[in-house]
Amino acid sequence: MALIKTEDLYKIYELGDVVHALDGVSVTIEQGEFVAIMGPSGSGKSTFMNVIGCLDQPTNGQYLLDGIDVGGLNRDELASIRNAKIGFVFQMFNLLPRTSALENVELPMLYKNVSYGERKSRAMAALKTLGLEGREHHNPSQLSGGQQQRVAIARALVNDAPLILADEPTGNLDTKTSIEIMERLVRLNQESHITIVLVTHEPDIAAYSRRIIRFLDGRVVSDERREPVEAKNTMIG
Amino acid sequence: MINIPSTLKISLRALRVNKMRSALTMLGIIIGVGAVIAMLAVGTGASERISQQIASIGSNLIIILPGSTTSGGLRMGMGSQPTLTKDDADAILKECSAVQDVAPVLNGAAQIVYGNQNWSTGVYGTTPSMLNIRDWPLSSGRPFTEQDVRSATKVCLLGQTVVENLFGSIDPLGQVVRIKKVPFTVIGVLDKKGQSPQGQDQDDTVYIPVTTAQKKIFGTTFPGMVRTIMVKGKSTEDLDAAEKQINELLRQRHHIGPKKDNDFTVRNLTQIMQVAEQSTKVMTLLLGAIASVSLLVGGIGIMNIMLVSVTERTREIGIRMAVGAKTWDIRLQFIIEALTLSLIGGIVGIIAGVTGSEIISAFAGWSTIVSALSIIMAFGFSGLVGIFFGFYPAYKASLLSPIDALRYE
Repeated sequence: MALIKTEDLYKIYELGDVVHALDGVSVTIEQGEFVAIMGPSGSGKSTFMNVIGCLDQPTNGQYLLDGIDVGGLNRDELASIRNAKIGFVFQMFNLLPRTSALENVELPMLYKNVSYGERKSRAMAALKTLGLEGREHHNPSQLSGGQQQRVAIARALVNDAPLILADEPTGNLDTKTSIEIMERLVRLNQESHITIVLVTHEPDIAAYSRRIIRFLDGRVVSDERREPVEAKNTMIG
Repeated sequence: MINIPSTLKISLRALRVNKMRSALTMLGIIIGVGAVIAMLAVGTGASERISQQIASIGSNLIIILPGSTTSGGLRMGMGSQPTLTKDDADAILKECSAVQDVAPVLNGAAQIVYGNQNWSTGVYGTTPSMLNIRDWPLSSGRPFTEQDVRSATKVCLLGQTVVENLFGSIDPLGQVVRIKKVPFTVIGVLDKKGQSPQGQDQDDTVYIPVTTAQKKIFGTTFPGMVRTIMVKGKSTEDLDAAEKQINELLRQRHHIGPKKDNDFTVRNLTQIMQVAEQSTKVMTLLLGAIASVSLLVGGIGIMNIMLVSVTERTREIGIRMAVGAKTWDIRLQFIIEALTLSLIGGIVGIIAGVTGSEIISAFAGWSTIVSALSIIMAFGFSGLVGIFFGFYPAYKASLLSPIDALRYE
């Protein structure tokens, strides 16, 4: 069964002009895929991410996430689905300020009523996976950009969501750190079979994926499957 | 379900981040709650004092005074024309249905001597009913009886002040004192009563049978004359009826024509005091209401700060929503934050209010009473203020779109 299946998605904004942000998008993504979504700004790729991230509802069309028809769900039902099925990684990291790395990672579990002890141990484990031992009690302001993004990835993993949506995850990082973050994502995809959908406009970053979907004017213009170019020779610790 | 301990922790952290702002917001509530408690304490203290005074003069009390005389164009003062008699008193008790008890009084100042001690005091000739009317028990001995009144026995009851001044530590019961050189046997001592509403020492008094006062001590211008008549109504509701009945009866007994003025005055003491008590209660309410306004202003301060806080933390709200916070998770977070502000403010305000009323009674000399009810009310009210004024900002936060909130700079 496909993890993500969209059928003729439309998203229409009427702000004076009528804007078709999504204009009939049908995409199917299987469990365990690593997909990059590319396209110039205004092409609809962000709107697409918002819809498959259950942050926004399409005007028309059907969206099945892990077999669940997301259309017509209310705010709270969408929140539950995001909590259980999706981990977000943003360009701006979006960690809570003045809150330790550990507590940031605990956040999704807080809204799932996981007990205190289990929250702590799972958050610690997730941080360890991302190589952040010893940084648990640092606030985001005390961490480097790469470390902050790793905390965000740990937060995305901690509820065992089958899907990670990464919106320009390396947009605010230097090249070396970008490579490191991408290696992390590749490894999660390969070792844990977590589906990763990545929005980027950088071909270097898209090159880590095994499938590239290109958007233009709210439509899918190309959908190519490929072998990732980079081998593991640049892996950083 | 919503995780209350974690939500509480999040709220407390948010308040700690802006310490100065939180403290100033709380100050509004502190002043509000403090003012409500202090004002209610002042009001309750005042009405309590008046209630005590009412109790000390006796309840449901009516006093009848003789009228004034006019001689050679000069109108003399109240009571200058002796018109009341003991028979009037007896008739009132018999005829007026709204009256429970009556005591005629013939009083005056007199020197009272025991051994080598002497003391000037108010001597009241009256009947045994007087003790019932004034709600005044004896601390020792026995009251005089109707028999004592009928036979004009020379017995007396002493007030505490008189006992102190004449006897010191000696037991006065059975001793003989001289009032205007007439020997009286002390048969009882009155309980301590304290000050009257006018500040007079009510214990500086001697009670003797009214007939004895008429015949042996003060004398009378006509037979059976008394200076005043004290009346106790059957109940507070009956006082107006009693006043009316007494007026009719005395006009009839004193043969006063339809258009002539009364030669006596009926005063409803309890009513006068109750009016005072009522007005104090109104004053208490008024003070409380004015103080509540400051609590309300404090609440608006909370709302203001919470709205600022929601705007500042739009991105945080977006992050929480993205990772799965539901509508009520977000609402509760901000409501608990507002509630924490108002409840901590409430507790400090209670302390401020209690201290404030202590200071008021220490410096202004007013008696203040902080009632448990006013504390509970003020605390509960500050909680309500927190929920009420916290709800709108919380509601606003919960309606944010997660996409817009995440993009907010």
